[in-house]
Amino acid sequence: MRTASDYIEMNVPAKPDYVGVVRLTISGLANRMGFAFDEIEDIKIAVSEAVTNVVNHAYTDGEKGQVRIGCNIFDDRMEITVVDQGKSFDVDSISKNLGPVDGKSVDQLHEGGLGLFLIDTLMDKVEISSEAGVVVMMTKYLHRDEVEEHVDRISPAPSQ
Amino acid sequence: MNLQINQEQINETYELKLAGEVDAYTAPKLKEVMLPLTEKEGNIVVVDLSGVEYMDSTGLGIFVGALKSSKAYNSSLKLRGMTERVKRIFEITGLTEVMDIESEVKGEAL
Repeated sequence: MRTASDYIEMNVPAKPDYVGVVRLTISGLANRMGFAFDEIEDIKIAVSEAVTNVVNHAYTDGEKGQVRIGCNIFDDRMEITVVDQGKSFDVDSISKNLGPVDGKSVDQLHEGGLGLFLIDTLMDKVEISSEAGVVVMMTKYLHRDEVEEHVDRISPAPSQ
Repeated sequence: MNLQINQEQINETYELKLAGEVDAYTAPKLKEVMLPLTEKEGNIVVVDLSGVEYMDSTGLGIFVGALKSSKAYNSSLKLRGMTERVKRIFEITGLTEVMDIESEVKGEAL
């Protein structure tokens, strides 16, 4: 495990208006680190999903809140933490509903709920804690020459 | 960080051509334009996604909502011109199974 070199933090209003700004910033950092195009796109979606969750769920109407996005840059990975100070949503019940829509009829589809599933699918490691507000921590590894052992759901490309 | 929606109508066929990003900020605009079109029986709503540079689950949610609405009102919803990136999130989430997606590949020689 290598040590952190740089840390970048953003604190933006929990409004849809700022989701794109966060996404662009994280995209710039990932690009700077040398992630491939597709990986950067994956990170952009994952971060947007986490921030959008806060925007949609963390604060009740009329209550103004912030969302904090921290980004730790390591030699071999990017660790992004998205934190709100709003009321926690029930992570367990949401996790149970995670998953692709395979085999479901159109009536059973829910319009939300795909966000956490996408985060889980697109990032290498995801941790969620909901003690005081919600913290989503997600990691993407830089795949340079060696095959990473930490790969969760996204399988490494077969050699040869 | 914006979304442009161009609408054309020929009889009961409405074509929406999207350009830009579909996220939590822009999705309400898309919903506002697309949903009412699906609420009239016989309407054919065709959405051209070739200009979409970014889409996440908020955008997917709008299409799921429009699909449900088209089933409820006997209209139809077709998507076309998806870029590889957009197609990927429809695939990951399994929505390619339930959506009517034209699979023509534009401007790419085989």
